[in-house]
Amino acid sequence: MKRYRKRISSVLYYVFAVLAIAFFGLPLLWLILTPFNSRASLAVEIPTAPTLDNFRAVFQNKFAVQALTQNNLIIAIGTMLGVTLIASLAAYALSRARIPGRNAMAYTLMLFSSVVTGTAAMVPIFLIIMGMGLIDQHLGVILVLIGGNLPTAIFMMRDFVDDIPASYEESAMISGASPFQIFKDVALPQVRPGMMVVAVWSFVNAWGAFLIPFILLRSSDKLPASTAIYSFYTEAGTPNILLVSAYALLYTLPVVVFYLLVNWKYGFRFFGGIKR
Amino acid sequence: MASIVLKDLSKTFGKVVAVDQVNLTIQDGEFFALLGPSGCGKTTTLRMIAGLETPTSGTIFIGDQDMTNCNPRERDVAMVFQDYALYPHMTIEENVGYPLKVRRINQAERKQRVTDVSNNLGIGSLLERRPGQISGGQQQRAAVARAVVHHAQVFLFDEPLSNLDAKLRFESRGFLKHLQKELQITTVYVTHDQAEAMALADRIAIIDHGKVAQVGSPQEVYLRPQTVFVASFLGNPPMNLLPCKLDLAKRQVQINGSQIDVSQVSQINGIKTLVSEGENLSLGIRPEHISLYAEETAQAFPAELYVTQPLGSEVLVTLQVAETTVSVRLFTDEPPELPRRVWLKPDPKRILLYRTDGNLVA
Ligand SMILES: Nc1ncnc2c1ncn2[C@@H]1O[C@H](COP(=O)(O)OP(=O)(O)OP(=O)(O)O)[C@@H](O)[C@H]1O
Ligand SMILES: [Mg+2]
Repeated sequence: MKRYRKRISSVLYYVFAVLAIAFFGLPLLWLILTPFNSRASLAVEIPTAPTLDNFRAVFQNKFAVQALTQNNLIIAIGTMLGVTLIASLAAYALSRARIPGRNAMAYTLMLFSSVVTGTAAMVPIFLIIMGMGLIDQHLGVILVLIGGNLPTAIFMMRDFVDDIPASYEESAMISGASPFQIFKDVALPQVRPGMMVVAVWSFVNAWGAFLIPFILLRSSDKLPASTAIYSFYTEAGTPNILLVSAYALLYTLPVVVFYLLVNWKYGFRFFGGIKR
Repeated sequence: MASIVLKDLSKTFGKVVAVDQVNLTIQDGEFFALLGPSGCGKTTTLRMIAGLETPTSGTIFIGDQDMTNCNPRERDVAMVFQDYALYPHMTIEENVGYPLKVRRINQAERKQRVTDVSNNLGIGSLLERRPGQISGGQQQRAAVARAVVHHAQVFLFDEPLSNLDAKLRFESRGFLKHLQKELQITTVYVTHDQAEAMALADRIAIIDHGKVAQVGSPQEVYLRPQTVFVASFLGNPPMNLLPCKLDLAKRQVQINGSQIDVSQVSQINGIKTLVSEGENLSLGIRPEHISLYAEETAQAFPAELYVTQPLGSEVLVTLQVAETTVSVRLFTDEPPELPRRVWLKPDPKRILLYRTDGNLVA
């Protein structure tokens, strides 16, 4: 009896696992397979006669290509550099300085971050960027994205910095190192994995951002891919599924490559604010 | 090399007084231990000497120079941390050579000095490894090597042996003392282990709640503790403290119904000015200064046997005198057969008398 029950429960376990994988895996499979199809379909089907025509068609759309190869890169790299640099320094200060209520401060910042990039703050953000004269400029988008991502990034970063014993820096200080030497020789090598996590995370966030660039950018030659994807819709508003999926696949690739690169080089340790 | 003078040094963290009006003079070349229970302010004192903590008030002189508000790098001190603080991303060679690197000493000389020091400390074959790839004892030596590689004026140690096992701790003790005597560099050594402090230091300061309770050579603080706190902190087991009643005229104290003569106690003549007739005192006597008798004996008080523990070369006997627990150390390797009721006779020259406020009176 007991043995049967055990077997049944393990069968149920596998059924559930397969269902869960299918639920999350099928859309990805669709995304990978469809661009190589010659016929549009919403079903997952292995192409009988694989073709690259869809990609050729996508590359003919100058506007969409520029979005991907220029605008997206500018916005994502700009945001990534800003977030990683500022978050590292801020997290260091927040972790080392004896400020009363610094934990409360970190959590409050965290909460606010969802407001800054959320819909609620759109009007004030628009007005502020307009006041700064940065409407329809990539810098405006980058600044808003940096602001929105910073609190979470600081929070993640602080977890890494907290794990580094202060005695490393103190020991270097006593050895006679200057503040810059301490930063370069002792602190930086220690927080590098954390900086990589934050860099990838903020890059991905900025790469996929839709709302902020949609609102702050006007000229079609400045739009990133998330908005440029609409150029594959017909005038009547129906999407050309083949071209959209081909474009979407191209849109995903750099993120995957970037992740794999960092993972291979530094070994990913994603703690995301959770203490082990 | 330099002397260290602490004048009225205090440090408070919010409401916590970690260090309270400490005055100490540490001689040039001396091995000085700061000893005290957990949380008494030893580390804070050491960190103020290093410049990692700013004093709330008071002054610090290193080699006659006022260093109270100087940066750590201006003080020319070397410190070994409790967790060693070896940089995990550098090899042992880079770790040991780091103080030389930041002082811009050229690579050839750096390599030479690192190799010399490492060979001296027995870690010469480990230079290519990283801290995570060597044992705790080797890490400790690497940390010491990094401290001695540039010739600082002062060495600071914060419980450098507490992460080692008992055997290694014993070996390292000898090694550190030998090294200090060889280099003749003023050393401040923080520990909560009284045996370590006694074994290593030329002088010991016993700290209690941020205050210096007593300063002296290991012999002085062990044989004549100035307060009950010091008496009960030093020694393993610590000094026995027995409540007694003083008879000034007869120069006697009464313990558990027996009269014990105290006329041979040193400084007994000065006691008149400190205590009054019939006052309750504590009689302090070390476990090794008590003789044990199976029959009633003059100058001895009765006690109930509790347990005997043979420890190899000695036997530790624990007894009960009224409500007080008393330890006696017998230097014999044969556990004696003892009756339930025995008599204890303290060595009359070794007796100490403490007032109820904890201060030594004779
Ligand atoms: N950074 C700090 N903030 C607040 N309180 C502190 C700080 N550092 C030390 N203290 C407090 O000061 C007192 C003395 O601490 P200290 O570390 O000097 O003790 P210690 O004698 O070294 O103890 P241990 O043997 O446990 O290391 C303690 O009560 C401690 O809680
Ligand atoms: Mg300490």
